[in-house]
Amino acid sequence: MGPDGTRAALGRLPEMIDQDVLTRVLGTAVKSGADFAEVFAEDKRSTSAGLDDGRIEQVTSGRDRGAGIRVVKGDTTGFAHTADLSEAGLLAAAVSAAAAASQGGGGVREVALTRRAGTQVNTVERSPDEVPKAAKVELLRRIDDAARSAGASIVQVSAGYGDSRRRILVANTEGVLAEDEQVRCLVRMSVVANGDAGMQTGFQSAGQTVGFEMFDSVDVEELARDAARMAITKLSARPAPSGSVPVVIKRGSGGVLFHEACGHGLEADLVAKGASVYRNKAGELVASPLVTLVDDGTMSTEWGAIGIDDEGHPSQYNVLIHDGVLTDYMWDYLRARKEHRAQSGNGRRQSYMHLPMVRMTNTYVLNGTEEPDEIVRATESGVYVAKLGGGSVNTATGDFVFGMTEAYLIENGEITEPLREGNLIGNGPQVLRDIDLLGNDFAMGNPGTCGKDGQGVPVGDGQPTLRVKTMTIGGTAA
Amino acid sequence: MSDFESELQRIADAVIAQAKPGEQLEAYVSRDSETDIRVYEGEIEHFVSAQSEGIGIRVIREGRTGFAYAGTLDDRAIAEVLAEARDNVEFGTPDEWAGLAEPDGVDVVRQELWSDVLAGFATDRKIELTKELERLAVAADSRVRIDDANYSDVAAENAVATTSGIRRSGRENGCYVSVSTLADDGDETQTGFGFSVGRSPEEFDLAKAAQEAADRATRLLGATKPSSRRLTVVLDPFVTAQFLGIISSTLNGESVIKGRSLFKDRIGEQVASPLFTLVDDPTNPLAYTATELDGEGLAARRNVLVEGGVLQGFVHNSYSARRAHTVSTGNAVRGGFKGTPGVGSLALQVQPGTRSQAELVSGISDGVLVQQVSGLHSGVNPISGDFSTGASGLLITNGQLGAPVREFTIASTLQRMLLDLIEVGGDVDWLPMRAAGVSLVIGDMTMSGA
Repeated sequence: MGPDGTRAALGRLPEMIDQDVLTRVLGTAVKSGADFAEVFAEDKRSTSAGLDDGRIEQVTSGRDRGAGIRVVKGDTTGFAHTADLSEAGLLAAAVSAAAAASQGGGGVREVALTRRAGTQVNTVERSPDEVPKAAKVELLRRIDDAARSAGASIVQVSAGYGDSRRRILVANTEGVLAEDEQVRCLVRMSVVANGDAGMQTGFQSAGQTVGFEMFDSVDVEELARDAARMAITKLSARPAPSGSVPVVIKRGSGGVLFHEACGHGLEADLVAKGASVYRNKAGELVASPLVTLVDDGTMSTEWGAIGIDDEGHPSQYNVLIHDGVLTDYMWDYLRARKEHRAQSGNGRRQSYMHLPMVRMTNTYVLNGTEEPDEIVRATESGVYVAKLGGGSVNTATGDFVFGMTEAYLIENGEITEPLREGNLIGNGPQVLRDIDLLGNDFAMGNPGTCGKDGQGVPVGDGQPTLRVKTMTIGGTAA
Repeated sequence: MSDFESELQRIADAVIAQAKPGEQLEAYVSRDSETDIRVYEGEIEHFVSAQSEGIGIRVIREGRTGFAYAGTLDDRAIAEVLAEARDNVEFGTPDEWAGLAEPDGVDVVRQELWSDVLAGFATDRKIELTKELERLAVAADSRVRIDDANYSDVAAENAVATTSGIRRSGRENGCYVSVSTLADDGDETQTGFGFSVGRSPEEFDLAKAAQEAADRATRLLGATKPSSRRLTVVLDPFVTAQFLGIISSTLNGESVIKGRSLFKDRIGEQVASPLFTLVDDPTNPLAYTATELDGEGLAARRNVLVEGGVLQGFVHNSYSARRAHTVSTGNAVRGGFKGTPGVGSLALQVQPGTRSQAELVSGISDGVLVQQVSGLHSGVNPISGDFSTGASGLLITNGQLGAPVREFTIASTLQRMLLDLIEVGGDVDWLPMRAAGVSLVIGDMTMSGA
C-alpha cells in the first residue's frame, strides 16, 4: 500500500476521474438541497472462455465502464448512471439523480474529499490482462483431458474460465474518496457420465480474488478428476429417501446453507422492513451455542474478499452470531445512517448501473471441537451431504430449499451408498438450533454468486463438518 | 417496426463494412432506457432513471469464433471491440459448423411492440399508481404489511447486421408493477407478491395485483408440514410455467446435439400423455415474450414441440441446426450485447383443456394443489430427469380444497410426470415469463413432509 493509502497497483493506471471534477459533480448533485450524494465509478475488463464437447467454443473480452450517481434526500434515493465519464456526462447524470431524489430547492454545499485507505486483503502478482489468452485456454484443455481420462463412462465435459479486473472509485459528500482494484479468476466444470441407468453429472469449481497466480496453487486437473469421480459415483446411486433424518454436512460444502438461510436474514435492510425472522433478536440465543457465524470481507484470497465495499467503506471482519447469540446485523450506508451507527463494509452492488444495498462477503461458521469421523460414527442412520447445489430461501420465514449434488446414506455410523439428486428442505432458524455436533476441520466452499433484488455479487462461504439433528430430505425413492 | 433506419442500424452496418476477406462479422447493437420506482409506506424509497447502450461483435474466420463487447458506443470503443474479437478468434477450436445465420426467407410476423402511451406517460403518474398499488394491497387484508411496491418500465432498441446478409432492427417497450407483501399472525410471518404487466400502464389491473399479493401471503398462515405419501398433484398455472421452463431446456437443440437431453433420439415417440401438446409461439401477441425477431435477426415463428404426447422436434439456432443437419427454428436467444446467441424457447404454451381449476379439484380424493415451488432449478437433473422441489399449497380432500401445507417436497422424474398427466385445465394465464401458465393434474407424485 502506498503512503497515501492507495494500493501500489493503482499507481500504474491513469486516474479514473479527476478529484476537482468529482468535487464539482458532488456539488451539483446536492445543489437542490439533498442530504447526501455519491459518485461510484467503475472500469471493468473481463475475459472468459468456454470449452464444450471437446471444443474451445470462443473467447470473449468485455469492457464495462461508467459511473452511477446517487442522491439522497430524506428517505428518498435518486439514482442515474452514465457510460460517459467526462465532466459533462457526470454532471448530466448528477442533475438527473438530483431531480429524481427531490423536487425542492436548497443551497450550495462545499465538499472536501479525503482519500481513504481500504483494507489490503491480498496482492495481485499476475494481473490477468498481462497473461496470454493461450495460457487461459490451455487450462480448459487440461480440464477436458483430465476429466475424459478419468473413466470410460465419461461422455461429456464442459468447462469455463473467467477473469476480471475491476477498478472502482467512490466519492461522496461526507468527504470519502476511496479506490480499489478487485481482480478475480475462476474455473468451473461439469462432467457427464453415462451408465445403464442414464446420465449423471458432477461439478467442480474454484475461484479466488487474486491474479492468474491462482493456478500455481489450484490444480485444475485435480478438480476435473473430482467432478468426473462425482458423476461416475452417481451412476450407481439409488434414489434418495424421503422424510426427516439426521444430516451430516461435509466441511466446505454447506456454507451456502448458512449464507442463504441465516445470512440474508441478518442484512439490516431486510431487518428494518420486518422481512427477516431475525428482527428484534439482537442479544438473543438464536442458534445452538456451538455456532459462531462470521461475515468477513477481509478474508485474503477468498471469492468474496474486497478492499473497500461499493460505498467506499473498508471491508471488515464482523461477528454476526457468537456462541449462538445474535450479536449484530450487516449494514450499508443508508441503514447505518438511519440507526446512527457505523457501517460494516457490507454496502455492495453488481455494477455502476446498480444501487448499493446490504450484501454479504465471505460468510462462514467457525470451527467446533469434534473430529469429523466421529460425527459420522455417532450417527446411527442418516444422510451425508458431500456437496450442496443451489438453493433459495424466503428470508421472512427462514424456509429454504437446497439441491444435494453429492450425497450418501449413513448406515450404522458409516457412509455407504451414493444417492441420486434430491432436495434438502428446512427452516434456517430451526437448523441453527438443531446443530448438535460441530467439527474441527473448517474449510471454505466453492465460489458463489449471491443474487438479491436482481443483482449478483461474488461471495464465499464455509463451515466445518457438522450435524443437524433432523432435516427433511425430498428424494424420489418410493 | 423492423426496418426503420435507426442510428443503431447505421452503427452495426458500419462495423460489418470493415470485414476483411475470409472473415464473417456480426454486430449487435442495443440501447435501453429504464425507470424504476420503489415506494415504501407512501414515500418514494428510490427512483432510478437509467440509460445503457453497448455493442457485441462476433468474428468467424476459418471455423474459429471470437467475441468481444463494450458497454458504450463511442467510436474508439467500437474499434477496440472489433480488434479484441479478431484477436480472440485465434484461440477458438476450428468448428466446421461455426457460422452466422443466413436469411431464410421466412417472413416476419408484424406485431405491435411499441406503445406511444407508455413512451409519453408522465413520471408523477407512474409514482402515483405505485403508491396506489401499495394502498390497495394494505387495504386488502388487515394482516398484510408491505415489503415494497415497485414500478418498472423499459424501452429497448436494437439492431443486428451480418456479412451473411442479415440486417434487422426493432424496438419495443413495456412496463410492470409489483408488490411484495408480508402477513403476520402471532409469531408467524408469511410472504406474498402480486404483479401486473402491460405495454402501457393503462393495461394494469392494480386491484387484482394487490389482491393476489394479499392472498398469497395470508393463505399460508397456519400452514403445517404434511405427512409423506403418494398422491395426485395439481400444479397452479404459475407453477406449471416454471416446470415448462425446465422442460424447455430438454427440448433445446444444443443440449440434444451435445448429448445432454433425455429426449435425444426420441422424435416420433410418445413421451407424454396424449393430452399434452406443447407449442413455442412468439408470434402470439398474448404472450408476454412475443417478439418479431430471434437473437440472430431471423423471423420468430411458431414451432410445435410435442403434439398429442408425441415428440415432434427441438428448437434450434443457426449453429445447432447446422450441426443437427436441419434448419434454424428461429430460436436464437441473446442476453443483450454482452453475449453470443444461445438456443432457447421464446414463448411456450401447453394447449389448454376446458375445465376450471375448481372443476379439476372436485374430482380428486387425496391430493395437493401446489401454489408455489422453490429450489426447482437446483433440484432438477435435466439429463436424468430426476427432480425434487420444495413446495407449498393446499391439501385436497374429497374434491375440496383444505388446510394449507408448507415445507414439503414433491418429486418424480420429468419423463414420468409428463406421462402421468391426467388433465390440462382451461385456465391459461399469460405470465411475465417465457412460458404461459395453465393448471395441470399429475396422477401420481411423491410428497415428502413429516
